[in-house]
Amino acid sequence: MSALLEVDAVSKRFGGVVANNAVSITVGAGMIVGLIGPNGSGKTTLFNSIAGAHPIDNGSIRFEGHEISRLRTGAIARRGLLRTFQQTRIYGGMSCLENLYISVPQSGMGWLESLRRPPPEAHEDAEELLGFVGLRSKRRLPAGELSFGQQKLLELAMALMNRPRLLLLDEPTAGINPTLINGLIDRLRRINADLGVTLLVIEHNMRVIMNLAEHIYCLAHGEILASGEPDAVRADSRVLDAYLGAG
Amino acid sequence: MNRKETTLCVALLAAGLIAPVAFSAYTSQIAFLWVMVIFALTWDMLGGHAGYNSFGNVLFFGVGAYTCAVIQRDAGLSYFTALFLGLGAAGVMAAVTAVVFGLAILDLRGHYFAIATLGLGIAGGEIAAGWRYVGAGSGLVPPLYPGQLGDRGLFFSYLFLALAAAVFVLFRRLYRTQFGLALHAIRDNEDKAEAMGLHTTRYKVTGWSISAFFLGITGGGVGNLIGFIDPHDVAFAGSTYGVWMLLMAILGGKGTIWGPVLGAFVFHITQELFWTYLLGWQRVAMGVLIVLIVMFFPQGILGWARERWPQRFGATVEDRS
Repeated sequence: MSALLEVDAVSKRFGGVVANNAVSITVGAGMIVGLIGPNGSGKTTLFNSIAGAHPIDNGSIRFEGHEISRLRTGAIARRGLLRTFQQTRIYGGMSCLENLYISVPQSGMGWLESLRRPPPEAHEDAEELLGFVGLRSKRRLPAGELSFGQQKLLELAMALMNRPRLLLLDEPTAGINPTLINGLIDRLRRINADLGVTLLVIEHNMRVIMNLAEHIYCLAHGEILASGEPDAVRADSRVLDAYLGAG
Repeated sequence: MNRKETTLCVALLAAGLIAPVAFSAYTSQIAFLWVMVIFALTWDMLGGHAGYNSFGNVLFFGVGAYTCAVIQRDAGLSYFTALFLGLGAAGVMAAVTAVVFGLAILDLRGHYFAIATLGLGIAGGEIAAGWRYVGAGSGLVPPLYPGQLGDRGLFFSYLFLALAAAVFVLFRRLYRTQFGLALHAIRDNEDKAEAMGLHTTRYKVTGWSISAFFLGITGGGVGNLIGFIDPHDVAFAGSTYGVWMLLMAILGGKGTIWGPVLGAFVFHITQELFWTYLLGWQRVAMGVLIVLIVMFFPQGILGWARERWPQRFGATVEDRS
């Protein structure tokens, strides 16, 4: 399986704090990869580095074979690498439908094209995706009036509207009603299998990530502590120590 | 457009056509009413729809006023030919100015952008006041309107009515395009918009230059309507026109299409009344009005209405599915 994303020895410091130290991970096309680790272990920093939110100090990040570590967020997103946020980010003043219309892929969106209305396909896709995340009845409601969990689902639908090849999800189940979590796992699997979107997922909920991911990386103190299949990582004593604070 | 809106548009258009003939003593005020509508609508494109408050839009108005007057002065053409040529050039020149400054400062976020625009109008006034080619401190006098006394007000009432209607129709359409949605997305969460791959700076610059284009034309027309272009009090009048633009948009309701129109009407009429009945205290009265607006209608008249009756503004939950 070819590597879609290759993160090679990436380091990122904030002043004296080393948030990521020579982190290397590989995400193969079509996979679901998990990223776990205690609070403050540098997971979100790694996401920010990959998505271009800040420059990295050392190392290289390749997406589909191209170096992207010097590109800015927008340019990376237009290549098909998208991320969601731990604290949801949606367009609160716009209706759910509009949130989706504006999330169509932006690569190749010319200046003149942007002065036209969203095409009919966008309407169909938007309706379908809102149905997929169970928000169809709320489609004309301002997105800011949705509950936190619903906003999270909306953000997921927005990401899918963008037709990414790789989607970085930052704690997709945090703040979601436990009864909805199983549905969400199911949806993430379908996104991966039916829509062909490769997923890299940060998740604190062990049950979720062990069920979902085929391969897991565990970060601690900014370094990769362990990696491998879910069962192997779960059984790794270093991982247990890191989570229990004994390491 | 629903039926109520169509009726309102037709009524306004009819009133705009009849009023200058019916109240021929007030043609200047009527012309200025439409100028105010254009001021508020153009300010609102970036200020209301994208959340980028500009205090410098008067720069484009001033650039337009001067561009038009210089062309009328130097082209050696008949009045109307030179006027329309000048108005076109005024729009283009203002739009180009917006692109140049926009590329430089629209990378800045919200408040920083607002501060960066503070100096624009002032700088424009200072440059014009020191530049002999455009008359320096003594300003410019556009050519005299050729018709009868009083025809000038009538002509400009219709010119600005047409321009205001064009701006309204065009902006209304634009807000439903990808560009319009992008402006709203920038207003709601610019980081998200960037993370989703939107060319945010491109959209902001586009919005600013579209506004500038129409403000430039308006400036060219107003110079001719007033008959004299003073660098500080007419062209780059930051403390009057420059502030009114945003006040009217805020009063009516930022980020809506009818809000700026409503705000311009309320503001202009109130202002004329203050000027007539409270002479000497008109600025104090205006100040009190502004404070009252901000206290009781922070979201503007339409914003307040939307909060009270959200369903009428399209926010509905559907039961089926």
